[in-house]
Amino acid sequence: MVDFKRSILMPVLVILVCLGIDYVVPEIFNPYLQTLIAYSGINIILAVSLNLVNGFTGQFSIGHAGFMAAGAYMSAFLTMTFPHWAGPIVGLNFFFNTIAGGLLAAAAGFAVGLPSLRLKGDYLAIVTLGFGEIIRVVLLNIEAVGGARGMYGIHHSASIFWTGFWVFICCFTVTRLMNSTHGRAFLSVREDEIAAESMGVDTTKYKVRAFVISSFFAGVAGSIFAHYLCYLNPSSFAFMKSIDVVVMVVLGGMGSISGSFVAAIIITLLPEALRPLQEITTIDFRMVIYSLTLIVLMLTKPQGLFGELEISDLFRKYVKRHS
Amino acid sequence: MSNVILEAKDVSIKFGGLVAVSQFNMKLVGGELAGLIGPNGAGKTTLFNMLTGVYQPTSGAISFLGEPIKGVKPFDLSKRGISRTFQNIRLFKGLSVLDNIRIAAHQHTHYSMVEALLISQRMKREEKTALDQAMDLLKIFNLENRALEIAGSLPYGQQRRLEILRALATKPKVVMLDEPAAGMNHSETHSLMDTISAIRKRFGVTVLLIEHDMKLVMGICERILVLDHGVTICEGNPSKIQKDPKVIEAYLGSAATSETKN
Repeated sequence: MVDFKRSILMPVLVILVCLGIDYVVPEIFNPYLQTLIAYSGINIILAVSLNLVNGFTGQFSIGHAGFMAAGAYMSAFLTMTFPHWAGPIVGLNFFFNTIAGGLLAAAAGFAVGLPSLRLKGDYLAIVTLGFGEIIRVVLLNIEAVGGARGMYGIHHSASIFWTGFWVFICCFTVTRLMNSTHGRAFLSVREDEIAAESMGVDTTKYKVRAFVISSFFAGVAGSIFAHYLCYLNPSSFAFMKSIDVVVMVVLGGMGSISGSFVAAIIITLLPEALRPLQEITTIDFRMVIYSLTLIVLMLTKPQGLFGELEISDLFRKYVKRHS
Repeated sequence: MSNVILEAKDVSIKFGGLVAVSQFNMKLVGGELAGLIGPNGAGKTTLFNMLTGVYQPTSGAISFLGEPIKGVKPFDLSKRGISRTFQNIRLFKGLSVLDNIRIAAHQHTHYSMVEALLISQRMKREEKTALDQAMDLLKIFNLENRALEIAGSLPYGQQRRLEILRALATKPKVVMLDEPAAGMNHSETHSLMDTISAIRKRFGVTVLLIEHDMKLVMGICERILVLDHGVTICEGNPSKIQKDPKVIEAYLGSAATSETKN
């Protein structure tokens, strides 16, 4: 038996809330803001999943965009080729295609992870970087998915509901794992691999697991991206995309789910929020200010916005101080 | 000598041209407290690393509970019942004291990741057992008040103790302590001696100890092996070791031996 309140009731409630938001958002926000909300969601999934590898397990991966591309192209290809394979309901098709995309990305994560997780630090970073580029270049040369022209006319199946749904699933999975013995095993790998090994933790197994789970969600985020934008091009998944995600993880705090969540939103919205400034100054200072903001944040809070704490920890601290 | 728990037979290891340990033989009997001493660079820690699976011996065989352990990974040996501490403390410094102990108990939990997502009954049960047992262990060393503190923030002596506790949390048959008194002062060493004797009685574990502090080794070990330049030069009870000319030579140089002879 599973815990009814926390494992059945809570997810069902959250899904209902997502449905509600999906109904309300188009009424309140214009399409531009809706797109920003969807992109925030996609970035949250990317950041939280990468945090599992970079923050909790302490491995340095900078190839997240590669896994995202694998998931995006796989799901988009399925949608284009077999539009109704899971029945007449569009959402259901999208759901299964997203999972297929995630699984392909997870398989890619497994394939890269197994041989390269013997490497540490900088070396692993370079391998994952190389892998991300390989995926992009391979996609650039597959005619069936459009090659350099990209893929047009993907059905617009990703709604605010589906984005919210997957954000929830991703945060839910990572949070639950981190509050279990498996989460502690991830942490032990980060803290001291040799000690973890002699305390009975199969470090290779846990590194691969972290990689596979993280890649799965990167693939899911890719699928949402593909079905929201309705257009895919390999250049969307270039090296800079991976760096963006790493910035979100570091800015939010390595090892903080809430941190990644908040940082993903900030990084998505900040360049957009600075847009009015461009009209005043008539020169594009946006990226300068954006970069300066990052530098100032890192100088004043080098451990990230949240450090290793979660929102719940901060709340508890606050209550303690004021009682 | 019937219940031999850990046995090393003609174990040697070479790093390039350097023979770190040569033809080492040892039989560890269940329940005993044995010491391994020797000057710096004698090969003691290398030997520990071979016994715990970190290094593979170049030749010879090690068997644990009658089974050869060639090629067995450290995490697997930990599951079979060999646990250890490290010469330079290797705690999970960024995690809480409690989590340090619970990670050692990871091997005794069997619920899957899916069960962790759904919070199954088995997960609840196993997590509760792990928590209770961890708190019980912490009580032995009076660390229960510090359970939620970050391990790296503990004073040095308590970090050493926590590491021993963590080794015990894997429920081992053999505990290997690599210089547990390193960096401790006189009184700390003294209370450590009592602790080691106490945990052996309480948990019924076999203890193998590397130590520089002669007082500690002579005080609690029933049997001592002396290693020098990778070769066992003497084996026996503390009083025998103290009189052995080879041991004195190894520690104090050959002039000292001739002086004692005169």
